[in-house]
Amino acid sequence: MKASPFAYFAPDTLQEALDLLGSLDNAKILAGGQSLMAMLNLRYAMPDQLVDINGISDLAGITEQGGRLSIGAMTRQRVLERDSLLFQKAPIFREALLQVGHIQTRNRGTIGGSLCHLDPAAELPALAMLYDATLIARSAKGERALPMAEFPAFYMTPALEPDEILTRIDFDAWPQDSHFAFVEFSRRHGDFAIVAAGCLFSLSPSGTIERAAIVLGGVGAAPMRLTEAENSLIGQVPGRAAFEAAARAAQDIEAMEDSVYSAQYRCHLSEVMTRRALTKAWDRHQERAA
Amino acid sequence: MTNSAETLHTVALTVNDVPREGTCVARQNLADFLRHDLHLTGTHVGCEHGVCGACTVLVDGQAVRGCLMLAVQAKGRSVTTIEGLTRSDQELGVLQEAFSQHHALQCGFCTPGILMTLVEVLQDDPDPSEMALREALSGNLCRCTGYQNIIDAALAAAAALRQNQK
Ligand code: FES
Ligand code: FES
Repeated sequence: MKASPFAYFAPDTLQEALDLLGSLDNAKILAGGQSLMAMLNLRYAMPDQLVDINGISDLAGITEQGGRLSIGAMTRQRVLERDSLLFQKAPIFREALLQVGHIQTRNRGTIGGSLCHLDPAAELPALAMLYDATLIARSAKGERALPMAEFPAFYMTPALEPDEILTRIDFDAWPQDSHFAFVEFSRRHGDFAIVAAGCLFSLSPSGTIERAAIVLGGVGAAPMRLTEAENSLIGQVPGRAAFEAAARAAQDIEAMEDSVYSAQYRCHLSEVMTRRALTKAWDRHQERAA
Repeated sequence: MTNSAETLHTVALTVNDVPREGTCVARQNLADFLRHDLHLTGTHVGCEHGVCGACTVLVDGQAVRGCLMLAVQAKGRSVTTIEGLTRSDQELGVLQEAFSQHHALQCGFCTPGILMTLVEVLQDDPDPSEMALREALSGNLCRCTGYQNIIDAALAAAAALRQNQK
């Protein structure tokens, strides 16, 4: 199908874009377009005005200061996947990004676009949740910071005002020797996962787990942190027993249900994928050590 | 907004190294613009929502889905389509030749998108593994071949391109 008519604006500066959003009715922001363009073509989305922010060059880029990473909302997924700074500081990004769509969509798709589209199974919102990222939004009135936990308002709806633009996402890198993995269960490579799991954990000098974060995508309306499973890991020696216990806790969640997959099946996958993520993270370390 | 109110945009860009210009409405996607306005019908349109990969073209050297980009966004950019793979002496390019040799197409609907994807993939990694190729082509749907011959052709093209480099 073809998109319905809209007026098109391509501002060069953020200020111009914010002024447009403040004055236009039924406007949509066009970032990388890898979700919105499909929705326009299918006429799921029928905005009267489209504000294309691809021309605003200062919205893209990856920087780091004192262990805190800052990623511009318009940074392309393909750039993130290949960036050496990000790989060094947060290698889980590359592992997750290689599972985002395909080369052709990652070449256009952006981190900000993915966060704002907020598909429940999308990898980048899950990573933002995993890292307790802070999202920075701007409007003509000023700037505000939202913790990722408060960013999803409803199903596929971010807590942004119509006149706001997400400009960047900030988060603290984990210690260099932290363990990580991002795994998905999907029917075809590049599809949205039925359930995705990401984990990070780091060890104390004595070798027990000191800090852990686990996120699930595809289970609820928004990516979900598994606080109980995380807590169960603290103080444990990494290995099968600890991971099994965490996986059991992961099963005990309220999962959504749709026409294809039951809540029960999603709970089952939550357990499986949590175990796989933790095991993969630890096995990788063992292999490297060997 | 009614149809009669739709503004026309002029899009000047480079296509296959030739400066081109066309006029379109803002909602026209790049694949349709190439086909209908510039009459380059080698780029195919399958699903129109980013799933099949038939519409893949290169924009500034990067493979993108032509149905998920507006034509107006290609202003000033350099686009390469399947037509651009043919050599200046009208002979088939390396990828095209390999696909022909290995019977890597049947109906040919998916082929332009697959070749354009492979241009970038082989540029990035001139010696890809079979696994890497399968993964790289996971965004291009082929309903005919079962992919085996496509992979054979891609591996052969990669080898030929490496040979040419020497
Ligand atoms: S027509 Fe563009 S991906 Fe199918
Ligand atoms: S050859 Fe027919 S779809 Fe691929």
